[in-house]
Amino acid sequence: MPELSYRDALRTTLIEEMDRDRSVVLMGEDIGLYQGTFRVTADLLDRYGPRRVIDTPISELGFIGAAIGMAMLGLRPVVEVMTWNFSLLAMDQIVNNAAKIRYFSGGQVDVPLVIRGPNGAGVQLSAQHSQSLEALYGHIPGLRVVAPATPAEARGLLRTAIRSRDPVIFLENAALYGLKGEVPADGEFALPFGRAEVARRGRDVTVVAYSRMLHVALAASDRLSAEGIQAEVINLRTLRPLDVRTVAESVGRTHRAVVVQEQWRLFGAAAEIAASIYEQAFDQLDAPVERVTGADVPMPYARNLELLALPHEEDIIRAVKKTLYRS
Amino acid sequence: MAETSRAQRRGIEPAKTDAVIPAELRDARRWFAEMVVARRFEEEAERAFRRGKIGGYLHVYTGQEAVAAGWLAELRDDDIFFTAYRDHAHALFRGTPPGAVMAELFGKATGVAKGKGGSMHLFDVPRGFYGGYGIVGGHIPLATGAAYALRYSGTDRICLCFLGDGAMNNAAFHEPLNMAGLWGRDGLCPIVYIVENNQYGMGTAVDRASAVTDLASRFEAYGVEHERADGMDFLAVRALARRAIERVRGTGRPYAVEMLTYRFAGHGAADLFQPYRSKEEIAKARGHDPIAILERRLREAGVLTEADVARIHEEATAAVAQAVRFAEESPAPGADELSTDIYA
Repeated sequence: MPELSYRDALRTTLIEEMDRDRSVVLMGEDIGLYQGTFRVTADLLDRYGPRRVIDTPISELGFIGAAIGMAMLGLRPVVEVMTWNFSLLAMDQIVNNAAKIRYFSGGQVDVPLVIRGPNGAGVQLSAQHSQSLEALYGHIPGLRVVAPATPAEARGLLRTAIRSRDPVIFLENAALYGLKGEVPADGEFALPFGRAEVARRGRDVTVVAYSRMLHVALAASDRLSAEGIQAEVINLRTLRPLDVRTVAESVGRTHRAVVVQEQWRLFGAAAEIAASIYEQAFDQLDAPVERVTGADVPMPYARNLELLALPHEEDIIRAVKKTLYRS
Repeated sequence: MAETSRAQRRGIEPAKTDAVIPAELRDARRWFAEMVVARRFEEEAERAFRRGKIGGYLHVYTGQEAVAAGWLAELRDDDIFFTAYRDHAHALFRGTPPGAVMAELFGKATGVAKGKGGSMHLFDVPRGFYGGYGIVGGHIPLATGAAYALRYSGTDRICLCFLGDGAMNNAAFHEPLNMAGLWGRDGLCPIVYIVENNQYGMGTAVDRASAVTDLASRFEAYGVEHERADGMDFLAVRALARRAIERVRGTGRPYAVEMLTYRFAGHGAADLFQPYRSKEEIAKARGHDPIAILERRLREAGVLTEADVARIHEEATAAVAQAVRFAEESPAPGADELSTDIYA
């Protein structure tokens, strides 16, 4: 298998899908001439021309809404948001139109739309540019919410997203764009939505994570292993649909669970996952489910404060030990 | 044109020997009948709302009929359109059966959207009606993108986007209009924005909501050619529509029209007292009823008799009564419909 960066896995999949299907068009701010803020769309304007690689004004509401209209007419727009923070300007279009048109039209029209871009904290980007918004979108029926953690997942999930007939919230992560990994070369390689992966086998505790936090959870698991604690790490890959079954089965083997997310604690994805574990595997639990989350504060600028606001390996290790009643 | 045959299908027959009547007027007579049906439809919908048969919000189109009728009379069968939540007449004028529209208002399984959308979300995609939308201005970006898609796909189909005067103060108006101006430079945005200026955004008069009251002029900022015209005379609206649609189809450039009209009814069925305007103002506006104006013009042209008018009203009443009966007798959606149509 060839090794590709997360960025190139995304870019080559875009190219393959654009070559395969002329209805795939790209839209976003500075994705063409500028080559994309994170260079995911580098060179694509030259390849496909301005009708298919559309540089937009700074009008998130306008271009995401326009992409929904294009999708209703049978195109398959892939819209880049420079970061998911800016999607808040288009919240009405995503929540009130993209997610609901199929339902309130009685199934008369599909919205095959992908909105993609980096989600989560960077380095010292402060309060407005560091948010993880998966819980906001995960709350909305009608949307699919996807969060690939590896180059192979970026490739497999993006292909499924582009070929889907539903609107897909595709959450990338800026810290992962340079991450390299083995990626199936097969131009049809796709990963299904709603299927989590057991990223690491272990018998003592289940650690559930997604996106960048998967890597933090795996690193924490390595350190725990040195102390004789074997964590089983579940990589969710998609949040809506949520593969509760794989999580519950794992808890059935380990009897303990820690759920990790970068976002704020209150009403977050971890709360939903923890509740699902209680509903599906209550009798299997030997300890309360632990949550490892970001701090309940707007993201501060100062590096020391920012580090305090984000979850780290140590936080996961501490939570795992708590479920094992060890310290 | 196909719209003509829709009127015929509803059993509205010409009253005079067709040979002596100019084709346009003959067709207008059928559109007069369509407008009467739409008016009766809204009156019955309001009655059904008061009887508790229709829930939620109900926004009727009474007074504005010449706008949607004039534009949809000129829209080709394979063209498309979007509008806001005052959408019943748009569906009827496009040929959606009145029973299916009324059943949607009643929340029945036989409604255009199986009872899942209601009054504000009528859809008839096979007829090119891509929806009624409930968030003011929210459909304008959709229509703009849809127009791009039509031209991208290499067709000469066009899109109409009806919107209210209130929507023009919203970001969902300004952002896509700027994009339409940009895309239009490459002939990639075949759309007509039709501002139905009925003088009020809910209860707020245009001059209390917009710093500029010549609303058409606001399109100037986006390089979108525009004009302002009377929206109460069906024949004039239709002539303008023909010209504008032909131009947009030919150039792929957006065009905008502010249609001056008036909402005879309240904003919604719950707007009973209308403290924002006087009874005198409404009475004066009713003196320029688009249905009366078209009737007068057709009578003067000698293509419509008093007997024709009486018969058209009678037939409209019967057609709408049948629609109400159909809606009433239709079943509610099954419980299994709750969770369908969310994902493809």
